[in-house]
Amino acid sequence: MAQPSQTTDGLESVPALLQRNATRFGDKPAYREKEYGIWQCWTWAETEKEIEALALGLINLGVNEGDFIAIIGRNRPYFYWSMVAAQSVGAVPVPLYQDSAADEMAYVMDHCGARFAIVEDQEQVDKLIEVQEDLHQLEHIIYIDPRGLRKYDHRKLHRFIDINEQGRAAYYELIADLKARREKLTYDSICVMLYTSGTTGKPKGVVLSNRNIIESSKSSSAFDHLTREEEVLAYLPMAWVGDFIFSIGQAYWCGFCVNCPESPETMQTDLREIGPTYYFAPPRVFETQLTNVMIRMEDASRFKKWLFDTFMAHARKVGPALLDGKPVGALDRLKYALGNIFIYGPLKDTLGLGRVRVGYTAGEAIGPEIFEFYRSLGINLKQLYGQTEASVFITLQPDGEVRSDTVGVPAPGVEIRISDTGEVFYRSAGTFECYYKNPKSTADTKDAEGWVATGDAGFFDKDNGHLRIIDRAKDVGKMADGRLFAPKYVENKLKFYPNILEAVVFGNGRDACTAFINIDLAAVGNWAERNNIGYASYQELAGHPRVLDTIQAHVEEVNRSLAFDPMLSHCQVHRFLVLHKELDADDGEMTRTRKVRRRIVEGKYEDLLTALYDGSKEIFTRTEVTYEDGRKGHISATLQIRDATVVPIERARVAAE
Amino acid sequence: MVPEDTITEDGRKIGGVVMEMKNITLRFGGVVAIKDISFDIRQGEIRAIIGPNGAGKSSMLNVISGFYHPQEGEVWYQGKRRPPMKPFEVAQQGIARTFQNIALFEGMTVLDNVMTGRFRQMKAGLFAQAIWKGSAEAEEMKNREAVEKIIDFLEIQHIRKTPVGRLPYGLKKRVELARALAAEPSILLLDEPMAGMNVEEKEDMSRFILDVNDEFGTTIALIEHDMGVVMDLSDRVVVMDYGRKIGDGTPDEVRTNQDVIDAYLGVAHD
Repeated sequence: MAQPSQTTDGLESVPALLQRNATRFGDKPAYREKEYGIWQCWTWAETEKEIEALALGLINLGVNEGDFIAIIGRNRPYFYWSMVAAQSVGAVPVPLYQDSAADEMAYVMDHCGARFAIVEDQEQVDKLIEVQEDLHQLEHIIYIDPRGLRKYDHRKLHRFIDINEQGRAAYYELIADLKARREKLTYDSICVMLYTSGTTGKPKGVVLSNRNIIESSKSSSAFDHLTREEEVLAYLPMAWVGDFIFSIGQAYWCGFCVNCPESPETMQTDLREIGPTYYFAPPRVFETQLTNVMIRMEDASRFKKWLFDTFMAHARKVGPALLDGKPVGALDRLKYALGNIFIYGPLKDTLGLGRVRVGYTAGEAIGPEIFEFYRSLGINLKQLYGQTEASVFITLQPDGEVRSDTVGVPAPGVEIRISDTGEVFYRSAGTFECYYKNPKSTADTKDAEGWVATGDAGFFDKDNGHLRIIDRAKDVGKMADGRLFAPKYVENKLKFYPNILEAVVFGNGRDACTAFINIDLAAVGNWAERNNIGYASYQELAGHPRVLDTIQAHVEEVNRSLAFDPMLSHCQVHRFLVLHKELDADDGEMTRTRKVRRRIVEGKYEDLLTALYDGSKEIFTRTEVTYEDGRKGHISATLQIRDATVVPIERARVAAE
Repeated sequence: MVPEDTITEDGRKIGGVVMEMKNITLRFGGVVAIKDISFDIRQGEIRAIIGPNGAGKSSMLNVISGFYHPQEGEVWYQGKRRPPMKPFEVAQQGIARTFQNIALFEGMTVLDNVMTGRFRQMKAGLFAQAIWKGSAEAEEMKNREAVEKIIDFLEIQHIRKTPVGRLPYGLKKRVELARALAAEPSILLLDEPMAGMNVEEKEDMSRFILDVNDEFGTTIALIEHDMGVVMDLSDRVVVMDYGRKIGDGTPDEVRTNQDVIDAYLGVAHD
């Protein structure tokens, strides 16, 4: 159920916000992109002109109101303009993951019936041409980078700047039409359609209206006091709802500048050059950064290492308290200030996080140590809990109430209730309209009163009223003896070790838990190098007895900590193996947002799973792998299966008392 | 005698002869490295020189780049007979090259290395460059822009400021290509651009070579061992063995040439 509409001052669409920004602060930067080694900048006034030209060009090309336009590429101003231009002409932008394989792309393109696609380069054009036979509706492809495309058949292929040029040329002819179309946009018009990666089944098209996007952006910006002065770096996939909210919703609402990196590989350098004030990254990014810092500190000189260790210990002690504005002794403050000069400041600068005022992480649980590390440096890193269907925000952590194990309080304007089964439900102004062409799923997810099922199981913490998420509701199962089985909880505990990249825990309907583990090549590889352990491949390193010993130690440590958990002490891992390959989205084992597809992994590695439960010491296996270009191959390996020590629950209970 | 402009299957235009080697013979003392070889290179084509080890391929490339001077024969470039020249004079004529064993300045950054390729385009005097005023400044900006376009083209933005010595082999090769391109050559000589690379790096390099040829219309002469790569990339192939030319033609013609098959599969030599 939508909230009663507040006064919107006619700002009922993204194109309307664009016009407001161009009039009110036209000379302020709206977009920057590093190209040819220099940050190129477009002001809001220039952005408006670019978008207008493109919109006219699209009309000229025959885009009708209600058409779908696929947008496929990495974060570049041109694609953001394309989305707003599409909205301006009454069409619906559908951003897609640019690394999806051709057949994945074909499904989505076919499902939404896109007549137009705006893509980055030859790679994407090739993919679309490959599947074009099955896409009868696809009429025109517009590309940005002409490289390698000169010889292609250009009847259906257009260069981005040519479309712009044609738009400018047809200005007097078409501007009236464009204005009329723009004026028709209301809070109820579709703003964007985003496909959810779907941990099960086919992707679903989530239809979000202008109301959803603008109301969510408005209230969340107010929550964190975002202003026109923020700087953000747009580097997360454009097909992901978060990027749409941060780089379009909030950026257009507040009027801040969106910076696009030069290439995916230069992200770290670009981050440092821009020094964002508002920053979002999934836990994995923070983990990787921390791992890199630690690896480099291992190689630092003794004195530097001592300095780092000493001050980091102090930061861990008082940093979070300082950030939360709690009382801290004068001497500790002084030492912290000193640390800021020697360690924290330079470190934050190197990480590109020196100016971050509001930082968020979400998507997965973040390890408490990792979370504390960043907070102790004085970076205001917080957690949020969101979904595509909610236009991101369900809960947010307010400044000063940040904890690593909760996801915060309901975001402004969001109501939350917990069902009898423990599943979290919400409703808000940001709640999606429907799943495109899928009324059944829509009805399953959203009830008549507007309550949406998140599919996550959670509860409100009694002490502080913050929401805690345990696991996906459908993954929470029962063990053979009927006790609660929450794999994600155990997996997260395992993944908090830098050596463990991914873990999949099994135990539903069984009498004991077991696990598949993926090592982290960067961390384990570095360890191997320092310990003179030679290895020729990922597979060899993953099977090395000493690596297995290390992993076993981690598993046993997790078991010890689980033993004290009142709810999940029986979920200790009895047996485990280290997989011979990384779980990969190209093999369908993970989603594009890197969430494990449990059922697929279970099915694909059935032989290994059997071996975990039949007591064998090792198993030979052969696995199909898909390379980036879509070719397939096989790898085979003999995997060791290890037994991990488990702590008897009764003994733990006694010890605890 | 000058062939007509031809259009290849994939739509590239190949023009007349830009370089012609006439009866080249090169000796080192008593060793004959190249024995009476003639072939031509046409505008806009990718011309490969292949052959077993010690066939004289690199020597041939060195003759083209002015590194070696043949005892007999003539080199014709752009319709004129080329007198014996120093390598830098050849470079000034618009012929750039890469080396088999990478010859970059290891301590300098990628950017600086590629900038050295602009040497031919830098006219300002030493003093002007030292105080970096007036024409020197404008010139450097112009050159830097050209270099940045090449960096973008070869997708090496992320290592722009990295010293070359710290780079892996495959990337060094790419930097060397970037430096050669920075000279805006009309003919690009590549000495085993894919030696020592893995399959993925080879694919990348092949794509860059094709793109350079396609986008800039640069004529490319390359030496390569990987037959698959050569056959896919090149328009015409010269095959050498023991200093002699044993085949010349399109990849398909060369593949079916009995002498070439013998040279590669090995038959008893007299």
